[in-house]
Amino acid sequence: MSGVRQDPQLLGVNPPLVQGGRDYHDVTDDISSITEAKVYETPMKYWIALACTSSVVLVLGFMLSYLVANGIGVWGNNRPVGWAWDITNFVFWIGIGHAGTLISAILFLFRQKWRTSINRSAEAMTIFAVMCAGLFPLFHTGRPWRAAYWLFPIPNTDLNMWQNFRSPLIWDVFAVSTYATISVLFWFVGLVPDLATLRDRATGKMKQLVFGFLSLGWRGSARHWRNYEAGYMILAGLSTPLVLSVHSVVSFDFATSVIPGWHTTIFPPYFVAGAVFSGFAMVMTLLIICRYLLNLQNYITIKHLENMNKIILVTGSIVGYAYVTEFFIAWYSGNPYERFTFFNRAFGPYWWAYWSMMTCNVISPQFYWSKTLRRSVPFMFCLSIVVNIGMWFERFVIIATSLHRDFLPSSWGYFQPTWVDIMTFVGTFGLFLTMFLLFARFLPMIAISEVKGVLAVEKHLYSETQREEVYK
Amino acid sequence: MADQQVSRDQALEALKEKLGVGRDKTYAAMGAFTTPEELVEAGKKIYGMGYRKLDAMSPFPVHGIDDAIGIPRSKLGWMVVCFALAGLFTAQALMYYVGVINYPLVIGGKPLFDFTFTIPVTFELTVLFSGISCTLGIFAFNGLPQLYHPSMKYKISHRASDDRFILVVEADDPKFDVQKTTADLKSLGAQEVEVVVG
Repeated sequence: MSGVRQDPQLLGVNPPLVQGGRDYHDVTDDISSITEAKVYETPMKYWIALACTSSVVLVLGFMLSYLVANGIGVWGNNRPVGWAWDITNFVFWIGIGHAGTLISAILFLFRQKWRTSINRSAEAMTIFAVMCAGLFPLFHTGRPWRAAYWLFPIPNTDLNMWQNFRSPLIWDVFAVSTYATISVLFWFVGLVPDLATLRDRATGKMKQLVFGFLSLGWRGSARHWRNYEAGYMILAGLSTPLVLSVHSVVSFDFATSVIPGWHTTIFPPYFVAGAVFSGFAMVMTLLIICRYLLNLQNYITIKHLENMNKIILVTGSIVGYAYVTEFFIAWYSGNPYERFTFFNRAFGPYWWAYWSMMTCNVISPQFYWSKTLRRSVPFMFCLSIVVNIGMWFERFVIIATSLHRDFLPSSWGYFQPTWVDIMTFVGTFGLFLTMFLLFARFLPMIAISEVKGVLAVEKHLYSETQREEVYK
Repeated sequence: MADQQVSRDQALEALKEKLGVGRDKTYAAMGAFTTPEELVEAGKKIYGMGYRKLDAMSPFPVHGIDDAIGIPRSKLGWMVVCFALAGLFTAQALMYYVGVINYPLVIGGKPLFDFTFTIPVTFELTVLFSGISCTLGIFAFNGLPQLYHPSMKYKISHRASDDRFILVVEADDPKFDVQKTTADLKSLGAQEVEVVVG
């Protein structure tokens, strides 16, 4: 390994992933100090942000209580649009989660070293996104405390029923709950060595106790690492097909029905690409904020952001290709209902949703062919938000426009959300951002041990002066 | 830092007394290195000297150290395969029991049980069982959770999760000798060499 040096001419393309000449101890310090900071040392802007987002969580709490008290009639779902905002939001949030698993598992299997600076926060984001997603199916049952009997095969005497395993909706329950469980486990396994670092640095009694408990007695023994690495590899191997299966199964909810616009075989790959696309955009939004608030420029470099933008470009193009294919097949199938549905999507009453989706998802990522834009932080911040708006519209377009004008013109309608619909969705953003802010402050946001592993390699690849520079 | 170490030791003693694991004995000779390459180099050499009960502590997985000091491959994978099969059979049995035995209900003239529609649930349960067993296995195979370990008595053990790479020669090793082993570790360039009793 020693002797192989990065070609100086390639430094612009492949700068070190850990910049600013950080050493092992600096990495520990930089990242642990965020967690260890006293209340008054954490910037005021953090507490203000937390106050705002947690107020929105109260809105969510109020909306859900209101729903339970009054029944799901307070949502706008009605004939002919029986699936509306709740499913749109569910698919939107589940999709967001996919980037976390892609970064932590798939990029791990592909040996993409740049994932180490962003995987922890992306995994956390996955968990919080799945939490938000889960709220919608749970509460659309109207009586969430009984939902366990409807969702899971629990032997019961009062209902005396089982689930119908031929229904894709029950597949979805299994897929999403497995996904949530595995994501939490994967995240926790990765956290343990870093929790041990925090334990070893802890000064207060309380911190020693909490981190001592959470780190389970991890001491970084070579035996520990051997089992850990084997296990981490297995978890990555399991998560990779899992993440592909989750959004495929979500798409089966639609694809196995006979509704024009839903009944297509393109749905599974198209949904997975869309999920990764939206998820990366959300990771981008969150990371740019955290990078700025917590001064992580040495770890989350422009190179990391650029790589993520490349993935956004690829997946965005796949999504665009899928839109075109759908349209072509609708025409080529000769099926008048299919043709009408797609014509109605683009030029019917929901034309504004369709063209918002097209602009945000197909046109906007194409800007990333330009290297300058791909590396411009303000531009990518705006674009990541645009992409998420577009991906929300995609789900809305698929769900609402396919349902609002079905086979019989006498039963056509137009869906409009109620204020409860809107505020519930806004509330889930509060929950998501609050959880993420708490995570970023109280747990190591960057995988300390993994970054050190990358650093150990880079010490051979780059000279000291090359490592000290900060590449813009 | 010294005060902190003293209070840490006192807390450890109190904890051990409470748990009734007081009897101290020599655990190992330990020495620290500053880079992973030095650790691997020293590991190879000390293995060459005939020591077999070896361990290392490092802030991140150091590649090559396990082979250098003779740590066997992890058997975790075999356990996970067993649980994966358990998940697969659980899912199939569940859906067969529900659909054919306990509550047979013909919907749309479809068969009561068929492998095609059971694929998604079977896949998810297989992954779920494997994932949970893998996570528990990582800790169980490492003997975790663990409240106390003698290596905590080493004066810079807290740096094993920071920036030191520690080589451990356990006292159970037949070749272990307080004087000789300490000297051997020092000759390999280890710093802060110490015989740890705990």
